[in-house]
Amino acid sequence: MREREDEWTGLMRSAISGDSAAYHRLLKAVTPVLRAAARRGLARAGQPVDQSEDIVQDILLAVHLKRHTWDVSAPFAPWLFAVARNKLIDALRRRGRRIFVNIDDFAEVLPGEAAAETVSAGEVAAQLQSLPARQRDVLQSIAVDSASIKDTAVKLSMSEGAVRVALHRGLTSLTAKLREQ
Amino acid sequence: MDTDQLIRTLAEDNAHRARPVGFALMLALIAAAPVSLLMFFTELGFRPDIRTAMHNPFFDLKFAVTLALASAAIAVSLHLSRPEASLRGFGWLLLIPAGLLTAGIGGEMMMPQRLPMMTRLVGSNSRVCMTAIPLMSLPILAGALIGLRHGAPARPAVAGAIAGMLSAGLAATLYASHCTDDSPLFVATWYTISTALVTAIGALAGSKILRF
Repeated sequence: MREREDEWTGLMRSAISGDSAAYHRLLKAVTPVLRAAARRGLARAGQPVDQSEDIVQDILLAVHLKRHTWDVSAPFAPWLFAVARNKLIDALRRRGRRIFVNIDDFAEVLPGEAAAETVSAGEVAAQLQSLPARQRDVLQSIAVDSASIKDTAVKLSMSEGAVRVALHRGLTSLTAKLREQ
Repeated sequence: MDTDQLIRTLAEDNAHRARPVGFALMLALIAAAPVSLLMFFTELGFRPDIRTAMHNPFFDLKFAVTLALASAAIAVSLHLSRPEASLRGFGWLLLIPAGLLTAGIGGEMMMPQRLPMMTRLVGSNSRVCMTAIPLMSLPILAGALIGLRHGAPARPAVAGAIAGMLSAGLAATLYASHCTDDSPLFVATWYTISTALVTAIGALAGSKILRF
């Protein structure tokens, strides 16, 4: 457990200093833990657990957009669990149930317990359609068609800088829309 | 979009660097300050005897108290903008202005006074004080909340309340240079009521605006 969390902290430090591969690995590594906690939260609230993927994606977006509030000299796991807890409570409250989420829900997940499968999530995909055309096209190209920023720029005849801006704006508005719904 | 696709997309956006919350807060406060300053100079202005007043330690104490409140609230706001942070270990900073004020009241008690206690407490500007401080706070509060939106507070209402104290502290600093009531008893009563009002507005607004 300890080792795993130290590894996360190391990966996040590399990510912050510009290593996108480390960032990708980190997000992959934390997702099963987030998923298990989301399922447990839903189950305890008497909600269908197949909605867990929406919550996982919501948490991942928040982690991404708020990672500048993480202090690089502090361990990463407490920050991550605080963000996840906040998003999980929010999601359960939106689904009409006020519930207490214990922070240990995240910390005590055993590796074997975390189901690795990816269930389809509807909310992010649905909100994607309501974004401004530019942002939607860029997100569609990078997320769904797996194109790189470079390829996307060529395909949509934009500069790479403009693609980067549209990508970030798209993620920000996606998060805002998820929060408002 | 499945989660793997989302993760890949987020990793593609890793190059984007957000500015620290402190920077965003500073920019927002600098943008909001002129509005409050304009309100101050068009409606109130400095008190006419400000040059002599500066030699009165109780006049100066007002600024020590309001600036201590503003700076403590800025520090606590920035601390609370991290999701894993709580008031513990930081909340005591907010007691500094209260401590200064208490010391001031004690100091005034020990000096011979021309006016009875109740007269000093009630003062002559209490209504202006309770109107001007909240009104001048509002632009600053709006700025502070916009800046703090950049953070990720676990308890948005608490973070909003502290933003309210921050803006009340700054607005009260302006107001203190206009007001001729210098007794710490006056400050402890009317400034506190004004600050409590702005703190409540901040908590209410924060619980909506500062959610992330």
